[in-house]
Amino acid sequence: MTLLPNFIFWLILVGGIGFFVRNINKLKRNIKLGKTVSVEGPSKERWANMARIALGQSKMVRRPISGLLHVVVYIGFVVINIEVLEIVIDGLFGTHRIFSSIGPLYGFLIGVFEVFALLVFVAVVVFWLRRNVLRIKRFMSSEMKGWPKQDGNLILYFEIVLMALFIIMNATDVQFQEMSSGNVISQFVAPWFEGFPLHAIERTAWWLHIVGILVFLNYLYYSKHLHILLAFPNTYFGGLTPKGQMDNLESVTNEVKLMMDPDADPFAVPDDSTEEPEKFGASDVFDLNRIQLLNAYTCTECGRCTSECPANNTGKKLSPRKIMMDTRDRLQEVGQNIDSNKGTFKPDGKQLLGDYITNEELWACTSCNACVEACPISINPLSIILDMRRYLVMEQSAAPTELNTMMSNIENNGAPWPYNQMDRLNWNKE
Amino acid sequence: MSEQLKVPTMAELHAQGIAPEVLFWVGCAGSFDDRAKKITKALVKILHKANVKFAVLGTEESCTGDPAKRAGNEFLFQMQAVTNIEVMNAYEIKKIVTACPHCFNTIKNEYPSLGGTYEVVHHTQFLKSLLDEGRLSIEGGQFKGKRITFHDPCYLGRANNVYEAPRELIKKLDAELVEMKNCRKKGLCCGAGGAQMFKDAEPGDKEINIERTEQAMEVKPHIIAAGCPFCNTMMTDGVKNKAEGQIEVMDVAELIANAEDL
Ligand code: SF4
Ligand code: SF4
Repeated sequence: MTLLPNFIFWLILVGGIGFFVRNINKLKRNIKLGKTVSVEGPSKERWANMARIALGQSKMVRRPISGLLHVVVYIGFVVINIEVLEIVIDGLFGTHRIFSSIGPLYGFLIGVFEVFALLVFVAVVVFWLRRNVLRIKRFMSSEMKGWPKQDGNLILYFEIVLMALFIIMNATDVQFQEMSSGNVISQFVAPWFEGFPLHAIERTAWWLHIVGILVFLNYLYYSKHLHILLAFPNTYFGGLTPKGQMDNLESVTNEVKLMMDPDADPFAVPDDSTEEPEKFGASDVFDLNRIQLLNAYTCTECGRCTSECPANNTGKKLSPRKIMMDTRDRLQEVGQNIDSNKGTFKPDGKQLLGDYITNEELWACTSCNACVEACPISINPLSIILDMRRYLVMEQSAAPTELNTMMSNIENNGAPWPYNQMDRLNWNKE
Repeated sequence: MSEQLKVPTMAELHAQGIAPEVLFWVGCAGSFDDRAKKITKALVKILHKANVKFAVLGTEESCTGDPAKRAGNEFLFQMQAVTNIEVMNAYEIKKIVTACPHCFNTIKNEYPSLGGTYEVVHHTQFLKSLLDEGRLSIEGGQFKGKRITFHDPCYLGRANNVYEAPRELIKKLDAELVEMKNCRKKGLCCGAGGAQMFKDAEPGDKEINIERTEQAMEVKPHIIAAGCPFCNTMMTDGVKNKAEGQIEVMDVAELIANAEDL
């Protein structure tokens, strides 16, 4: 009889983690739909970036209020997870507060957890107020309607409930309260429960807490909260080259070399002629590279990018956050398509370009890099915009007329305006 | 008609067997745009004053391909790049200075993997180094006490992390350098980059250059200093619209040339 709870715990834990692993594998599969990309530059620098930006939250604090609150929640989350380890061991083996045997250190640790639980609680309430009462502008954009808004709030409710359960669990644990060490916060909560069946409440809170954590873990995959995991690989893969540097398409280089080489036989067919000619640029998620797709899954929808975007700030439709969300949503759609078609993608007549991102958005970008600079976790919306422009121009010749004029000027006379190259030194004759 | 400046071309110097210290990459705006030509001349005057042996490519120079690349036309970009690289490699160019951050970024970052590796500096960096080496001196003169705000060009600042060189030059003018609320890493774009210069903006409720001009007006400058011919055009238009006659838009090179009465 006493083994039953342990058994149930095993089941829940294995089920919860199993489902999570299954979703993570899907995520990996979806990211691998993208093109491979060479990861250049010293890995030492990459690890350092990860440590500084993801672990150290260095870019979060550029906005001091939200940054500091976020640091509190982040540290709280990491610290309190040490306690989850104890819960898991207790659950698996039917022990109670297994670590309490380590002596005074235990009280100290729980004390720290309790303080963080309270801080996280407060921070999360402030976050909620910012989204729902203060209605900070960057959370009110059109792409934040519906699910994204709900998602943002749900995460906060999860955290509020989890923190409350943790404190209640401690407050109603008679033995723990009697130890009178580490109950820095819960001792004030304990009196609220006087006269109630403490043991039952403690057990309920304990179970709800661990089940809640497992549910939350599995919620990640469906949520922008995925960033708590993906921020780490994402900052590792973040760009190391100057932001102004845009990649030179290798497929184009090969063709240009061929065209410029006087010895090349224009009719010679390359050996790999059986292959389909490479598509230039991106019209769907398959054409993007894996880092770009990882970027899309990592996006926290914080909107720091959009709030710095000159196009968005002057009323244009372009929002770099929406570019990332659209890419992710399309990738999810493709993933679901693969799931329901036994592992292969069945063309659905849709694509990222047009069905999600419009030409108008793409052409509004000034390539200013403000979004890239603003992103706290090294996401690059601009690289997706550029790849989609490449598709529009090189595959569809669908540039705005004025840009076509500019480009034919460059082609014919080596300048974006209709001036003759032979007049290039005339500025000194006037 | 102003007096003609001495501007040697690479072809001329090459024929005489002379290798100049630096190639001055003039760029399309610097060659053809009426406003930008003045910046080109100002820079040439400073180079002469500092006794810098430079040359231009003249009719052998062609668009770097930047606007084509950012519009999405990678073909055209690489054709331009390869052509320019061929010319420059034939002259064994080692060092390039340019007054255009777009040319600067493209040649510095995007040419190497296509076979063109050079030391590329923006003119503000180059002038700063002349100053440090004692080859150039700057007197405050007419700008003493003037309020000057510097507009960071995206392709100089965020794109390549050059924030201080232009500011240090401005400070040498004994001017009061005032910063807009969005500066350095957070600098607001003028609206011209990414090939926007060559097209109308998408529908919205404001032009980007107006937004930026308003930010500049908030700090009440006498002069908006720029370091990019395209920013210069955008800000000049913005000022025409919002503060005609109250604020001047000048390139850092022009400020220095004027201060020195060149
Ligand atoms: S690079 Fe484009 S999308 Fe990003 S902030 Fe600038 S204009 Fe907006
Ligand atoms: S791309 Fe970065 S800055 Fe933009 S919403 Fe996503 S996480 Fe925030």
